[in-house]
Amino acid sequence: MEPMDGNAIAGQLVEVFGTEMTTVTGTCGTCGASGQVAELVVYVRAPGVVARCRSCGSVLLVLAEIRGVTCVDLGGFSDLGAAA
Amino acid sequence: MKSIVLEVPDWVGHRAGQHVDVRLTAEDGYQAQRSYSIASAPEDADLVLTVERLEDGEVSTYLVDELRVGDELELRGPIGGYFVWEEAQGGPLLLVAGGSGIVPLRAILRHRAAAKSSVPARLVYSSRSLEDVIYRNELAGLEAEVTLTLTRVWPDDWSGRRGRVDTALLQEVAWTPAERPLTYVCGPTGFVEAVAESLVSLGHEPARIKTERFGPTGR
Repeated sequence: MEPMDGNAIAGQLVEVFGTEMTTVTGTCGTCGASGQVAELVVYVRAPGVVARCRSCGSVLLVLAEIRGVTCVDLGGFSDLGAAA
Repeated sequence: MKSIVLEVPDWVGHRAGQHVDVRLTAEDGYQAQRSYSIASAPEDADLVLTVERLEDGEVSTYLVDELRVGDELELRGPIGGYFVWEEAQGGPLLLVAGGSGIVPLRAILRHRAAAKSSVPARLVYSSRSLEDVIYRNELAGLEAEVTLTLTRVWPDDWSGRRGRVDTALLQEVAWTPAERPLTYVCGPTGFVEAVAESLVSLGHEPARIKTERFGPTGR
């Protein structure tokens, strides 16, 4: 399946974080690459949304809606900072 | 393709390049949601979405085939702060579109024209065929240097470009790296990756290349 990018989940991220997230810079906890959330490799048709590092492919963010509650896993980031 | 004009009460306005999420809810409660680029400029009177009908698309088939004047839609937006252009960001602008990736770039060009911006712009637009070119009658009026290339079929008397947007084409028609264009690339994932790689290989700064991929299509 061809991935999309972080732009595709901007709306869902606003719902979770309450603010525009695509211009926020995140740092990959595996390879140390940093980039804006818009640039992540995003799979929207996985069970839930999976966003991976564009440099090393590590999973950085998972969004899953379970019984009406959105669960967020940001465990792949070593840092998720302020908007650019 | 279909352009849908929306009347949105209390619309807060948008920036060129932003999108909205459209959510449909079936009678049994099943929901489907997709993101669509806004085709209109902030200065335009109406909010316009241009939607490509995807054969297996849960939302696009409804929007293109079923939606009627007077129907209501659930929208969220405007959304996105990355793939946007405002006059103050300057240029020169290089806009590269694959298929319906033209939609947000059209908003940017209309915004630039409405703002009477002096920022020069070049548009490189790849389409399967002449019939698939969206906003065909409008392109000449957008005050940009437009390079249109047809990738699959072209009329017998077509004197324009043929084939994909590749490194050679970009080298010829895009700005030089020394001119430091601000670049926006939108289209199917494979198209965007190929164009971005070509631009970087030509020496363009990755930090000045913004990309938006909308996944696979029938393109």
